[in-house]
Amino acid sequence: MAEYIPPDARDFDPGMTFEEFAAQDPPWVRPIADFTPRPVSRREFIKGVIVSGAAVTAAGFVFRGPGSASARAATAGAPERLISLEVNGRVRRVDVMPQETLAMTLRYKLGLTGTKLGCDRGECGACTVLIDGVPNYSCSTLTHSVRARTVTTVEGLQGPGGELHPVQRAFMAELGPQCGFCTPGQLMSAVGLLQSNPHPTREQARLAMSGNLCRCGAYDHYLNSVMRAAREA
Amino acid sequence: MAYRLIGKDFTPPDLLGKVTGKAKYAEDFRAEGMLYCRLLTSPMPHARVRRIDTSRALKIPGVVAVLTADDVPSFPPPHNSILTNEPHFVGDPILAVAAEDETTAEDAIEQIRVELEPLPFVVNPLDSLYPGGPDARTEGNVANVRLDLQKIKWTAKDFALAGENTLPQGKPAEEWSCGDLEAGFAAGRLVLEESFVTGGYSHHSMEPRTAMAYWQNGKCYLHGSSQSQTFMYYGMARYIGIKPEDLVFIAEYCGGGFGSKGAPYPVMSIPAHMSRKTGRPVLMRISRAEEYFLGAARPGFQGRVKIGFREDGRITAVDLYVVHENGPNVGFWDFRNAGNAMSIVYQPLAMRWRGISVLTNTPPRGAQRGPGENQTAAAIEPIIDKAARELGLDRVAIRRINAPDNDGKYGADQGPLTSAYLKDALDRGAAEFKWEEKKQLSGRRRGSKVVGVGVGQAYHSAGSSGFDGLVRITPDGVLHIHSGVGNLGTYSYGATSRVAAEVLNYRWENCVIERGDARKHLPWNLGQFGSNTSFTMSRANHAAAMDARAKLLEIAARDLGGNPDDYELGEERVVRKGDPASHITYAQAARRAIELGGKYAGHEVPEDINAITRMSLAGVAGGGLVGVAKDTLAKVGVAPALAAGFVQIELDVETGRFEILDYLGVADCGTVLHPQSLATQIKGGAVMGFGMACMERHVYDPKLGIPANIGFYQCKPPSYLDVPSHMHSAAVDLADPQNPIGSRGVGEPVMGCAAAALICAISDALGGHLFNRTPIVPDMIVNAAAGRGQSHKPLQVNTV
Repeated sequence: MAEYIPPDARDFDPGMTFEEFAAQDPPWVRPIADFTPRPVSRREFIKGVIVSGAAVTAAGFVFRGPGSASARAATAGAPERLISLEVNGRVRRVDVMPQETLAMTLRYKLGLTGTKLGCDRGECGACTVLIDGVPNYSCSTLTHSVRARTVTTVEGLQGPGGELHPVQRAFMAELGPQCGFCTPGQLMSAVGLLQSNPHPTREQARLAMSGNLCRCGAYDHYLNSVMRAAREA
Repeated sequence: MAYRLIGKDFTPPDLLGKVTGKAKYAEDFRAEGMLYCRLLTSPMPHARVRRIDTSRALKIPGVVAVLTADDVPSFPPPHNSILTNEPHFVGDPILAVAAEDETTAEDAIEQIRVELEPLPFVVNPLDSLYPGGPDARTEGNVANVRLDLQKIKWTAKDFALAGENTLPQGKPAEEWSCGDLEAGFAAGRLVLEESFVTGGYSHHSMEPRTAMAYWQNGKCYLHGSSQSQTFMYYGMARYIGIKPEDLVFIAEYCGGGFGSKGAPYPVMSIPAHMSRKTGRPVLMRISRAEEYFLGAARPGFQGRVKIGFREDGRITAVDLYVVHENGPNVGFWDFRNAGNAMSIVYQPLAMRWRGISVLTNTPPRGAQRGPGENQTAAAIEPIIDKAARELGLDRVAIRRINAPDNDGKYGADQGPLTSAYLKDALDRGAAEFKWEEKKQLSGRRRGSKVVGVGVGQAYHSAGSSGFDGLVRITPDGVLHIHSGVGNLGTYSYGATSRVAAEVLNYRWENCVIERGDARKHLPWNLGQFGSNTSFTMSRANHAAAMDARAKLLEIAARDLGGNPDDYELGEERVVRKGDPASHITYAQAARRAIELGGKYAGHEVPEDINAITRMSLAGVAGGGLVGVAKDTLAKVGVAPALAAGFVQIELDVETGRFEILDYLGVADCGTVLHPQSLATQIKGGAVMGFGMACMERHVYDPKLGIPANIGFYQCKPPSYLDVPSHMHSAAVDLADPQNPIGSRGVGEPVMGCAAAALICAISDALGGHLFNRTPIVPDMIVNAAAGRGQSHKPLQVNTV
């Protein structure tokens, strides 16, 4: 079995001290508060795995939940992780780990579960949200990187009175969704497109939407929806 | 027949949730004190767990519990295991860890030492059938549902006789035949014989099979990712080790299943077990990579077919042999469906089918959209084209002469079909697609690009019978239609619920569909799979509505005098025939039903209904006028779903890429229930078919037994840019006589016909070259166009 390192650890050198690790971070990343030297280094562990034939699990995209985060944030001397995020027009204070993705913050800390995780690694687009009006994969965006920006999720599309966004209305009229799991991402890509190009050609829409996979294959009906929204908006 | 609701578009009630983000899938639920669970899975294709040391992991702060195979029910081989001490594929779950958060659970997994003893493994069925070849399980190498786990080896002579490039035909596990095969081949003017391979590949549901569970007052509340609803109760209860009545199963939305979430599956029970062990709610997210292992996959085929054709193209005899790659567990019976599909679509005068389901140490297989039928369409349809070319026949004509009509027969005992209009689908498609014009373009060159056109057809059975319906009119006059079928995303739960509204003459706005949650008192229904919902559920809902109708008429007669026959259903009221002033409203009837009690309010239980329905009936009894009945309408023969697809492509012989210029899918699904959702099925199925034809496959290293592709970007389900921007759909729309509103399902063949049509179009663009293999990837096309050999051997599987 080849050595397998979960992707979240690829750039992580277990020999590095906490200070060295923190020093190489971009300025917006706060040091990891709960870092403690591991009893066994990852490298030694992997060697052990190879020798003993033991298993390493297949995917490392995991989440440090609110329970532990708040518990550990209280550690004496821990740096401030409480940040302000502007999501769907509201400023929300939230405790965010340095390595936390926006998708995780939205889904697990702000309760905005409309944003879906299809792959959690930038392949499918189910987690697409708007950042300053531009569609982004929230599974591949660090929450700390959007501190001074505005985030819009599917929950933020309806008007103040609950009226549907023209793109939402068009998705319903054209029966765009099938299973619906990719739909929030498709909606956000469509909204992002129409904000920058209110009257796209079908081919432009196809290109703009191409970062959003749909296994039900509802592409035709989604494109019909985008074109209808452009006509009716 | 003219209907008020059937055949009309409507807004399915779950659609609003889908576009507002309010629709809750399994991963969207939270519970107080919820733990997060992660799996430790096997890095080896086949091994035995010698020792597990969790001591370090359990010392990590925040780690709550470890669950191993010893903590969960086990099932006799080759049944799927929940957790195992003998993993049979890379990614087979060995144990689970629950912690306060996911990262801690993952940290703990890294601190667990598992000693594994490697065992022999195999990723190519033919290797396992070879004398002395490895077995995927210690107990044997052949098994399936209703096929006992056993060891079958072919002889060296079988292999030697066939040679390297032809499928050997050693001892099958199962076979059937009908008619005189030898006479059939002797009568044919042309006999073709080809070996073929269809690749196995992942289902690629967008929602990984995440689950969340907790216990309350002895009941297990389970939020699962499931195509089906009440059909899951018995099996999931068994996996959890409880009675079905102690399971509260909640599955309102499902982010795609395509067969992989149709029936109970073991991994969904892990959070339930973990929750029982820890006393806390448990969420287990499944990653995309894990989904490639435990998320099921379509079985691959290595096949060989011999087909005899008359001068006019009529098929006189078929001899089909399918070696089916089943993964290591019980799997699914695609190999059997291949025989039935061949029999139904081509109506051969004589036929023999032989098959063997071989175990491999690759992901466990499950039904995937058109299981067996769609592989057959992809493999056989290009061979039909070859016959057309050799006999000088039109490719639609050769299909038409063989296609089933209402006198069609199928399978070993040549049983009847409920109805079949494949010829009509071909005619309709040829006309709308302008086949005669387009086929003139075939082979036209433009630089390195060449035009190809193709037609394909496919079949799947399309309906079952004998399930229960439950409807209820509450004193506010609202009709509650209880649907236990599930919500795969086809909206057929909604379209078939409208049958009850149609029968009871209800305004759709005054109807509520109760579904998705055991607490909503749902009847026993078949799962939402197998293209069956339209046929099966319209019958069940019709039965319940007819029962409610009878009770409405009886109540009217009782209160207003006369016989029930003197009354009819008006606009949400029961009206005396010829005297509209004499009537009671449905709301009044519901109140009367409660007063009368007994059968009217659901206190009397029909003897023939299922225990699940009985339980649900007890939940609604006394709350209104209740209609409850088992579908006892006659059903003779198989209800077929049939479809024809037409494709025009432009293929670049220098790059092996092609563009699909036009696609038309035509469904033969009886009466159309919901035109808009039928269109999305036909087009969406085609997208999946294009992926099957030319993109998606497993890649396994034969020396290490490990997968080489476990990501969307490597396995390539089609994106917007791989398929036409506009596609077209049509339906024959002729009623099936064995369904009260004439409906049959169609979700599966609309995929197979598109896969076949695309393969035939590629073959056509290349002057009739037969690849005898799916997927046809670009380098294969480049090699074929340049007259070079391929990099794979003809019978090799799981190749790049």
